[in-house]
Amino acid sequence: MVDFSLNENDKNIIRALRKQGEVQRKYARYYDDHEEELAPDEFPEAAEFDYIKQMEADRGHDGCTPTVFFLLKTITEYRGDFLRLRLPPYALGNATLASVGTEEQQKKWGHMLLAMANTEPGCGSDSKAIETTATLDGDEWVLNGEKIFVSHGVRAGGVVVWATLDKSVGRGAIKAFLVPKYAPGFILAKEEKKMGNRYSDTAAIVFKDCRIPRENLLGLDETIKTKGGGGFKGLMKTFNLTRPFVSARGIGHVLACREFVTDELKKEGIEIDWEVGQYKRTAVQQKLIELEAELEAATLATMHAGWLADKGVYNNLEASVCKSKAGDISRKGPQLALEILGASGITHDQLVEKWFRDTRATDIYEGTAEIQRLVIARSILNYSSQELK
Amino acid sequence: MISFELSKEQELVQKTTKEFAAGELRNIARDCDEDNKIPQKVLDKAWELGLANAAISEEYGGIGMERSALTTVLICEELSYGCATMASAIMSPSAFIQPLIDFGTEDQKKEYLPLHAGEKFKAAAMALHEPQFTFDPTDLRTRAEKKGDTWIINGVKRLVPFGDTAGHFLVIAGTGDAGLCGIDAFILPRDIGGLTIDSKTEKTMGLKPLPFSRLSLDNVAVPDTNRLGGDEGIDGRALINSVRIANSAICVGLSKAVGDYAIPYAKERVAFGEPIAKKQAIAFMLADMYTETECMRWMVWKAASQLDQKVDATKATTLACHYVNQKTIQIADNGVQVFGGHGYIRELPLEMWLRNARTLSVMEGMVSA
Repeated sequence: MVDFSLNENDKNIIRALRKQGEVQRKYARYYDDHEEELAPDEFPEAAEFDYIKQMEADRGHDGCTPTVFFLLKTITEYRGDFLRLRLPPYALGNATLASVGTEEQQKKWGHMLLAMANTEPGCGSDSKAIETTATLDGDEWVLNGEKIFVSHGVRAGGVVVWATLDKSVGRGAIKAFLVPKYAPGFILAKEEKKMGNRYSDTAAIVFKDCRIPRENLLGLDETIKTKGGGGFKGLMKTFNLTRPFVSARGIGHVLACREFVTDELKKEGIEIDWEVGQYKRTAVQQKLIELEAELEAATLATMHAGWLADKGVYNNLEASVCKSKAGDISRKGPQLALEILGASGITHDQLVEKWFRDTRATDIYEGTAEIQRLVIARSILNYSSQELK
Repeated sequence: MISFELSKEQELVQKTTKEFAAGELRNIARDCDEDNKIPQKVLDKAWELGLANAAISEEYGGIGMERSALTTVLICEELSYGCATMASAIMSPSAFIQPLIDFGTEDQKKEYLPLHAGEKFKAAAMALHEPQFTFDPTDLRTRAEKKGDTWIINGVKRLVPFGDTAGHFLVIAGTGDAGLCGIDAFILPRDIGGLTIDSKTEKTMGLKPLPFSRLSLDNVAVPDTNRLGGDEGIDGRALINSVRIANSAICVGLSKAVGDYAIPYAKERVAFGEPIAKKQAIAFMLADMYTETECMRWMVWKAASQLDQKVDATKATTLACHYVNQKTIQIADNGVQVFGGHGYIRELPLEMWLRNARTLSVMEGMVSA
């Protein structure tokens, strides 16, 4: 049955997570101001909310399906200003390990926080153009190249590095390697300063004759595929899993903005009457409706992508649909919120300006707005990546 | 629990409607629009499938399918994928039938539902829209005053579909304070004293072939028994939300039609040595059409599922309608743009879809989910 309601168990968990979020928010400003400090694993009051883990363990099977529930949870956590990004399995490297690693590899490294290194100074969204190389030397892989925008690259225990076995081949030669932080030749070159998401570190890493054991190739497949995607498909598969979650994060921040605006205007006596026609609404009320409608659209598209994943349906298209929509609202939403709030909204006293800066990244990382549209267009037009560039 | 799972019955209804729309509606849409005619034969064929009246229970001569707003929005989308005008025409009696099922007293159901339970199209309509440019269902100018056991109704209604042939109208009038809780619905036979139906049908930019009428109500006196729901009246919110969301579902079908129609054309049409679909300016437009249509559908489903769960769907409906109205017109407009000059020529359906999109997206609706 088509249903968009939550049962009591799930509602209670969301309520508890919102409460936890109110506490986490107290620290949001500090770690935004102190970019150089590593946020702690847990916020000081974390233990008071241990009961949420128990509630989750007890929620039974009649609630939302796992991915949908996890998306709802992510939205709520990011609404609260999430500080615990560094704990596994939240990092992209962990998601890659889960989708392309062998069972043994997953067991060996699954507990570690794993960053993912894909982007290079010369390529971003065009992942197949990467130039970092991996060459087999005896029983070791030797990596050479430079990776940038590595989220959690500073704190992670290891990094999943995408490198090519043969630059002349293209996608079929691109493989993922697990590189522990202290492998010889692993050079942490730089910690980036960013517009937002300052609690989370972003690194530039150089691999200079960096040597790792042969068994650190994720999936252990050393063959170069001259046809098809090869290891590159694993990268894309990772994105199918993670795009809805990136969407959920953006949605969470926009939700925070929307709620802040609604609450503040309510204090001033401005509320939306949901049933009246447009003649009886002010321009501000109309903007609020637009903000909420776009947010709803992104949320439902994200839930749909998650729901398909839970059904075991291939959701490449829907993952990009939700990311495209959530990317859109992650830019438009906070902009609209600040437009409504006026000058006081941009001050350091409020978190809205921080959410604006934080969530701007949603439409960039794990595939820009434009890449999502390419993926969607290829899918509906039945074009390959060669046919539609 | 959040789920997008249709029931087996809903899947079947969706499939049947899709096939009907593909086989019977898409190919006649242009001719209907040019000739301003709604073929009775096609209306009857649709009614043989029971699309608008399947929820009438067996005791009133119907099939007795589960009454579901969600099933109705599925039907509306699929019919509209074939032709939005025909979808509105086929389903227009639902705006009389569904409120009767939902709010009618036993006597009212017994009297009126059997008239519409058959396998042939029988016109009946909701009279909701009014002529003033500030028309708003929460603030109707048509008013009904109670005098003893009688209600006296005064006002003007317009854009009433099939006003020329409908046997009965469900006239929506204000009886209380402003707001959807201050409205009532009255069952009026077409020959009631004081009701004048303009003999000329109204001409419109879109949904052109639909015979729209203007109704003038001058001290129309109806007994208390004609007030829908009797002493209890109706849930004005549920009634209007059902109309609004069905209209949005028709917009979703139209939007999907535009997107799907543009894809093969963009792949065939060559400019500067390659199909225009290979140019990002076009490809991205098509991608956005797809994305928005998906989002629109889920928003419509959410409101419809709330109507089925009998919770207040006003917010979900307002959000859905706001979103759908904006995106539909954008999609239909971009549809014309992809086709360029061909989109503007009346041989292809694009310009018709744009007119229909603009029409639907400013209407409250004439169908009930």
